[in-house]
Amino acid sequence: MSGVLVVLEQHGGVWNRMSFEALAAGQKMAAALGVGCSAAVLGASVSGLAQELTGKKLEKVYAAEHALIEPYTADATVTALEQLVKQVGPDFVLFPHTYQVRDFAPALATRFKQVLVSDVIAIHAEVEGGPVFVRQLLQGKLNADYRMTAGGPGFLSVQAGTFRGDAVEAGSAAVEAFAVTLDAAQIRNKPGEPFRESAQTVDLSSAPVIVSVGRGIGEQENIPLVQELADALGAELAASRPICDNGWLPMERQVGSSGQTVSPKLYLAVGISGAIQHLVGMKGSKAVIAINKDENAPIFEVADFGVVGDMFEIVPELTKAVLAAKG
Amino acid sequence: MKIIVAIKQVPERDAQIRVAPESTWIEEDDLAYTINEPDAYALEEALQLKEKNGGEVIVLSAGPERVTSTLREALAKGADRAIHVEVEAADLLGRDTLGIAAMLAEAIRAESPDLILTGLQSDDLGLGQTGVVLAELLGIPHATIIMQVDKTDAGLRVKRELEDGWFQHVEMPLPALLTIQSGGNKLRYATLMGIKKAKTKETKTVAAAGATGQAVTLERVYLPEKQKKTEMLTGTPTEIAAQLVEKLKFDVRVL
Repeated sequence: MSGVLVVLEQHGGVWNRMSFEALAAGQKMAAALGVGCSAAVLGASVSGLAQELTGKKLEKVYAAEHALIEPYTADATVTALEQLVKQVGPDFVLFPHTYQVRDFAPALATRFKQVLVSDVIAIHAEVEGGPVFVRQLLQGKLNADYRMTAGGPGFLSVQAGTFRGDAVEAGSAAVEAFAVTLDAAQIRNKPGEPFRESAQTVDLSSAPVIVSVGRGIGEQENIPLVQELADALGAELAASRPICDNGWLPMERQVGSSGQTVSPKLYLAVGISGAIQHLVGMKGSKAVIAINKDENAPIFEVADFGVVGDMFEIVPELTKAVLAAKG
Repeated sequence: MKIIVAIKQVPERDAQIRVAPESTWIEEDDLAYTINEPDAYALEEALQLKEKNGGEVIVLSAGPERVTSTLREALAKGADRAIHVEVEAADLLGRDTLGIAAMLAEAIRAESPDLILTGLQSDDLGLGQTGVVLAELLGIPHATIIMQVDKTDAGLRVKRELEDGWFQHVEMPLPALLTIQSGGNKLRYATLMGIKKAKTKETKTVAAAGATGQAVTLERVYLPEKQKKTEMLTGTPTEIAAQLVEKLKFDVRVL
């Protein structure tokens, strides 16, 4: 085939939800290029999952199976996909930008003397000279246009939340089994069972109001300043990664790609610059208010209301005003 | 254990970024540079491994003359020696991830290290791939987004971060490459003694081989279009607070 091949991600028979965002992106890109879109799912036993895709608008669904593909290792996945891509011959191979994809896709692209265009936020397929892929640079301060120049296959991954999983077009597709050849000696890493550090006791995803704090807070002693605002608003207190890394707030209060994904009625970001890894965790919020000293902070790109200024002056005033308004 | 830490020098987080006239990159002249934050954690992990298991820590960076300041800081923190792959800024921009990894791989092969550490991604380009591509070029196993590293009899046992607060341990043989996540350790500062000692440590400069074409090219950089129309509120802190309360009451409706 030519066209677009979307590689979906599953763990133990359960889809990674970003898989369908990638599928929507692949269908849209293929339609704009006037080529077909196919999907692939890898695992020890994936015929059931592959069947679930037969109602989608796809040329084909490849079910690539081998017992050694699970549990996940980069070695097995790269080997399996190298075989599949060589056999299928797509123009583009598209992934969701998951942690797992970050672990193997750069190595897969290297086997084809290609470079993965990672974490793509937009695809302009119809421009002259082949598609242009948009990525964010410098923690989201700039956007950049990338092109692939080496001929096919081109590899790309799409950012979480950029395409809508519910936009996948319905249709019909046939499943084709693909037998992977793998030898245990090819797999160098021994993965252990996934685990959690501690039971998650804070569920930020159901909080209607979240006050979130970032690097701008400066030091741990200043945390009560935002805690008081959160208390006044009846909000959950959350944080960006550096705050939790420093141990100023527990890890379970972290919002972003390595923490929780939230969509509250209000997300009030204090001293958060808005790195991509943070934005993917909160851009589904209904309303965003941002307070930051840097007028160029990327958080303002997703904010409904913005305040450029000193949080140490503004936050106490806001707490006072909120308490007064509540009477 | 002989450990190489691959470090990238990037613009400081608070730096004012201006797009260069041709829109192909940013203005670099007045930019302040620093160590890429995840690479600082990779260096810290390497120094702690050396303290526990002995061995040598070598820091490696590719770039123009300015990157030697970042290498010197790493030496002051405790790295034993440094390798500077010298390549002009313009030349560096003409290399994609594969080209840069190939350049680093050449310098690494000459040292035959047991372990290579680097940050999981860079704060500027953020492609998050150099480590994995490097491992593939060197033909060694890798693991990414690593929080903790322990030496075992057979090799390494690492703690890998997964999504949504999950982790897993992975056992792997040496030599290997790991990409390190921020926050696994507390970063150390260079001591006065360290800064003094760094002056006597070796920095080897090697010339980069010529670029050999790119598989992907960066065509244009530009300010992102706003995804939302942001209403900016101005005034004294008291005035801003009053306006925000109005918004909370009548627009967001949470008061």
